Amino acid sequence: MSLLDVSGLTIRYGDETVVDGIDLYIERGECVGLVGESGSGKSQSALAILGLLWPQAAVSGSVMFDGEQLLGMDDSRLDQVRARRIGIVFQDPMQALNPYLRIGAQLRQVLQSHGLAEGAAADARVIEMLARVGLPDPERQYRAWPHQMSGGMRQRTMIAAALIAEPDLLIADEPTTALDVTVQAQVLEMLEDIRDNTALLLITHDLGVVAGHCEHTIVLERGRVVEAGPTTSLFAAPRHEHTRRLLRAAPRVDRGEPPRPVSSRQVLSVSDIAVDYDDLRAVDGVSFAVRYGETVAIVGESGSGKSSLVRAVLGLVPQGGGRIVYARETLEGSVEQRAMAVRRDLQLVYQDPTSALNPQMRVQAIVEEPLVVHEPALGRAARRERVLAILLRVGLAEKHLRRYPHELSGGQAQRVAIARALVLEPKVLVCDEAVAALDGSVREQVLEMLREVQQESGLSIIFISHDLAVVRSLSHRVLVMYMGRLVELAESAALFDAPRHPYTKGLLESIPVPDPVVRRGRAPLRGEVPSPLNPPPGCVFHPRCPIAEPVCSNKEPRLADVGGTRVACHLAR
Amino acid sequence: MSRVIKVTGILLLGVGAAAVCAPWLSPHDYATTNFGSTLLPPAFADFRLFGTDDLGRDLFVRTMMGVRITLVVAIVASLVSLVIGVAYGAIAGYVGGRVDAVMMRFVDTLYALPFIFFVILLMVAFERNFLLIFVAIGAINWLDMARIVRGQTLSLREREFVEAARLTGVSTARIILRHIAPNLIGIVIVYITLTVPQAILVESFLSFLGLGVQEPQTSLGALVNAGVGHMEGASWALLIPAALLALILLCFNFLGDGLRDHFDVRRSR
Repeated sequence: MSLLDVSGLTIRYGDETVVDGIDLYIERGECVGLVGESGSGKSQSALAILGLLWPQAAVSGSVMFDGEQLLGMDDSRLDQVRARRIGIVFQDPMQALNPYLRIGAQLRQVLQSHGLAEGAAADARVIEMLARVGLPDPERQYRAWPHQMSGGMRQRTMIAAALIAEPDLLIADEPTTALDVTVQAQVLEMLEDIRDNTALLLITHDLGVVAGHCEHTIVLERGRVVEAGPTTSLFAAPRHEHTRRLLRAAPRVDRGEPPRPVSSRQVLSVSDIAVDYDDLRAVDGVSFAVRYGETVAIVGESGSGKSSLVRAVLGLVPQGGGRIVYARETLEGSVEQRAMAVRRDLQLVYQDPTSALNPQMRVQAIVEEPLVVHEPALGRAARRERVLAILLRVGLAEKHLRRYPHELSGGQAQRVAIARALVLEPKVLVCDEAVAALDGSVREQVLEMLREVQQESGLSIIFISHDLAVVRSLSHRVLVMYMGRLVELAESAALFDAPRHPYTKGLLESIPVPDPVVRRGRAPLRGEVPSPLNPPPGCVFHPRCPIAEPVCSNKEPRLADVGGTRVACHLAR
Repeated sequence: MSRVIKVTGILLLGVGAAAVCAPWLSPHDYATTNFGSTLLPPAFADFRLFGTDDLGRDLFVRTMMGVRITLVVAIVASLVSLVIGVAYGAIAGYVGGRVDAVMMRFVDTLYALPFIFFVILLMVAFERNFLLIFVAIGAINWLDMARIVRGQTLSLREREFVEAARLTGVSTARIILRHIAPNLIGIVIVYITLTVPQAILVESFLSFLGLGVQEPQTSLGALVNAGVGHMEGASWALLIPAALLALILLCFNFLGDGLRDHFDVRRSR
């Protein structure tokens, strides 16, 4: 008998069926991956298994857990099963932790409410659990508040809370999506190491995560199971078209075509720029240039200063030093002090289109506003024509003109934001994690659209991403940043094939590859980014560096040429 | 448009129309006293629909005159607070920095003035005047509105769509008009629906102190106050104006809820 046996699970909201008769089973100790794009019903299914859906959801089918029917079970009995035998970890650990309780108290609560341990015994078990999930100095973490922890530490804490009652099943809903790749690799590895005999239902949109960790994989599309089977055979020979599409859309960091070369003339050059927020130096002496028609990617973990760098270039945050030259003109001061001609040429696309588009304006008004400001002579009809042309260019249709942002899907809304940025035909487009919030196949389409626009118009793109895999097929050159410093600057092909800096190597090796045959070693980078208020002496990367030598903690390395690549490392060759 | 807006809108329009037409509908006059017919109960005979008060004046006409004054005071005072408060708050919040500090300290200073003292000063300094009631009520209400709008603007200013507009070169005036103000509508309407009843209550309070509407002019608040004296024996003199006052306040509250949903593009479809 399977530990969990779900059959014909169906969830309806009124007339809308969000999950349509899915079957899945998990054996004891097994790891099963549930994969699908947003809206495929994967989270809804998990919540239905746990009996946590809103009352207006009509759930039917059968959920057998260890021989007991969970659907329709009375609440007090269900509470016991959930509390003792099923653990859950959600995507956002900040929302799942109570900000007014210390970490230790929250975990003790789990033990006490189930009568598993009391007093000093409970304390000891909590501290032991915190140590097992890999938190440094568990006694101190026991007394810490949630806000004092980083995202990765919080997610470890959530996993500790879910596993402390030693459940038979752990349901993890996108547990690492909000984390940096290096932290994701460590958390997934830790989860694998400590779950012992606990079965794991891993819900994710990332095929790479499934490939590396799950024995079985189930692919959902619009509430239906389209394919299920052992992970190796499913990845090797996907039978369903949707699975093949997902696999094609999954970016591969280990292969990809570099884009064609571009002109050698520079459109924008930045030298020795710094950004300070009070005592915190977010960007420290970064120099780079962008050529006409070139895509330059800036990658790094959160807090590496990549957004601050481009925001300083755009004049959105004050520049603490250095020089920015755009088309032979030095840019100074905030964006408001710059010439209108320059402002029209440098445009920005944000990560989240729902906050980047005014909810009270229709698509037409949003896209035409830059035209109203920069080309006031343009008549109404001419303006509408320009707006329509650019909307068609980004893959939208005339019917979208009258829509409000909330009436668009995430991908459509991001296309509107890109249309607004492109309507003035800028020279440089800055994309700040512009595709990070999109599903795999939609992301591929948007990236393809950007490539086409670039080929047609010779647009230069600065592409910020925490995801190296996305960068590979798009960028000519890549900047790798760590704690506000530029650690490596290389041609795209060189960087991916022969990374020089140990941090770049670690980043590349942390990315999950959607291929179960490619075996990965242990997570290459340990720990997390130190506080930028108190950066380590010498090379800022040395505390996490796998090859650090004594010189690294004494002397800060300078950028130097190593085989055609600029690297800031004493040991790079 | 939702049913709530329609029902409350029609009710308010009906009450307003009755108030405007009352003097022509009724053979009686709001100011003429008649000591031969004091405290008559409501009756259809002789068109004494709401009866008479202790001076023999016709209460139907007086109540409708009261509704007029009450509605005018409430609406004008709310409009004053709306226009001044939103403009002031949005500018202070969006421009920020020293401008914000100076503008909001000015608001704090006005807050510190005791309201009654302020009204009495106005009454002493100027001729006793109907307009002064608007000034007095508007003068306190826009302060709250400005603070609320400023707070909301501070958070809107940090939103990415505002930054995107700045980046492109959209002027400050246009940003406030096109990006900030439309996103304030929800909260402003909710606050206005609180302001209207508040203005009505403040007006009746001033009238009670003898600082508001002067006899033989009247307002709903003044009528309720007068009616309290005859609660026993002539309860209609209290109940009818009080019921109308309650009806008007309720209608404004529901209308506000309905309008807020109506202006919220995310809920209107």
